Amino acid sequence: MTELTTLGIHALQDLLARRQTSAEEILRAHLDWVERRDSEVHSFLAVSAERALQQARAADRRLAAGGALRPLEGVPVAVKDVILIRGLANTCASKMLENYIAPYSATAVERLEEAGGMILGKTNCDEFAMGSSTENSAFFPTRNPRDLTRVPGGSSGGSAAAVAANTAMVALGSDTGGSIRQPAAFCGVVGLMGTYGRVSRYGLVAFASSLDHIGPFARSVRDVARVLSVIAGRDPLDSTSADIPVPDYEAGLEESVKGLKIGVPEEYFKGLNAEIAGPIENGIKLLCALGCEVVPIRLPHTEYAIACYYLICTAEASSNLARYDGVRYGLRAPEYADLRDMYKKTRNRGFGAEVKRRIMLGTYALSSGYYDAYYLKAQQVRTLITRDFIEAFDEVDALVTPTSPIPPFKLGERLDDPLQMYLADIYTVTASLAGIPGISVPCGRTRGNPPLPVGMQILAGHFDEARLLQLAYAFEKAGGFEIAGSPNLPHTGT
Amino acid sequence: MTEKDVRYVAELAHLELTDAEVQRFLPQLDAILKYVQKLNEVDTTRIEPMAQVTFAETQSPPLRADQARTGLGREETLVNAPEHGGGCFKVPKVIERE
Repeated sequence: MTELTTLGIHALQDLLARRQTSAEEILRAHLDWVERRDSEVHSFLAVSAERALQQARAADRRLAAGGALRPLEGVPVAVKDVILIRGLANTCASKMLENYIAPYSATAVERLEEAGGMILGKTNCDEFAMGSSTENSAFFPTRNPRDLTRVPGGSSGGSAAAVAANTAMVALGSDTGGSIRQPAAFCGVVGLMGTYGRVSRYGLVAFASSLDHIGPFARSVRDVARVLSVIAGRDPLDSTSADIPVPDYEAGLEESVKGLKIGVPEEYFKGLNAEIAGPIENGIKLLCALGCEVVPIRLPHTEYAIACYYLICTAEASSNLARYDGVRYGLRAPEYADLRDMYKKTRNRGFGAEVKRRIMLGTYALSSGYYDAYYLKAQQVRTLITRDFIEAFDEVDALVTPTSPIPPFKLGERLDDPLQMYLADIYTVTASLAGIPGISVPCGRTRGNPPLPVGMQILAGHFDEARLLQLAYAFEKAGGFEIAGSPNLPHTGT
Repeated sequence: MTEKDVRYVAELAHLELTDAEVQRFLPQLDAILKYVQKLNEVDTTRIEPMAQVTFAETQSPPLRADQARTGLGREETLVNAPEHGGGCFKVPKVIERE
């Protein structure tokens, strides 16, 4: 029988429907593989075997009683540890929340479970989702399953690595400035950030509220489409979730992409690393071969995006993270002189270096005398960056760019230079600022030894996820993930 | 940015940084703040600031019906508190007695 851990949702549910496997068997295959493979990759902060087993048995009883397959029946899911699951620890990879047990579940998690998904466990990430390598976890770094000496990207590195290593079939991550798309690119899987408001944020621990999203990872576009259809849609518990109907993204995948106009923004290719540029250029040629019309386009405010993003996200973070004060939940320093001293000692003990740095930066940008020069200015530039996109989508149906300007780097390589780390987010923060959807798909690989995954990003206008997914699917079907001329990726095992 | 600024901002943010942390953060924050000065190259005269992406500037968010809803119960809320008693969160004494 086919190795259960390597399947996609479609093939898996075929086996389930024909009673050639059971949800419990699928789950056990994954738990076994987690036990072996995750001792090297370190994707998981916690495995919720007992809970998943109950879900698997409930699914099997359902199927035995003649119940129809739900959209995610028998699908093992990993969830980033910033997304709450009732009754499970939610640490945000921080000492601050090391002992925090979620009192309720995120809406996205409830929808996954209602659709038959089995929750395998919680995945590692940068502390409070702040970082681009998962090295800022207070517990341990996660390794890239394609090359264990390299980072999986971040902040949702644990989720991306789990899907790449076949320890989970699909996963949820969060994306504030690229935290789904960049690790998807680094690990060679598909990752999608929907339009702001497409997926409810209820139950996602807040980092920067105007930029935070929940979104899916999977090994195929079809599986990402399936999960998005399940988790998207209006949620009365998140007032910013959009009251816009959710199409069946999977049913729309086969629509032709012939004649679609694709913009290639020149700002995203200036001085681009040749290791990345080669595969991406081949990817664009493939889109041409599929009948898309590729045109150059300009997004003139791109070079200001990093400065704009890091002012806005840190300002919002400094406000959102004020809640960790040792009173209602989380850590409290054991010794202190008075209330104020307790706040300060608790926060200094509970937060890691990057979180402190961002709180400091955000507090500075919001402080009296600097607000107009930094925060207000950044908000104005955000308007201009958004206008660039809106004007671009008057002319083209979608944009194609690299996801990351660099291939996955070695652990420890960038830790001492936060600005260099921030600059690596250059191609992903723009869509976050504008609130438009983006997907990263594998697009060949570098020529190094071992070869490393390269990700291509596709962006579309607000609520045009269907278009993104059609393009990504056509690209995948035409062999885009394995672009001709690319060396083979090392096997991540079965 | 100066060392004094770092200590002042840490105070505002309720962070008690060690001397070593101050020395480490100072050049890093300084480099980041120098980098973000880049925004001054952009002319933003009469450009509206953008605080959210959900609604057009002229649109206001829909309000839900003003109905009471049950939130988390007291027990569930207190279970994660570092210290609680008598159904309340406990904090260090803030009012001194004569």
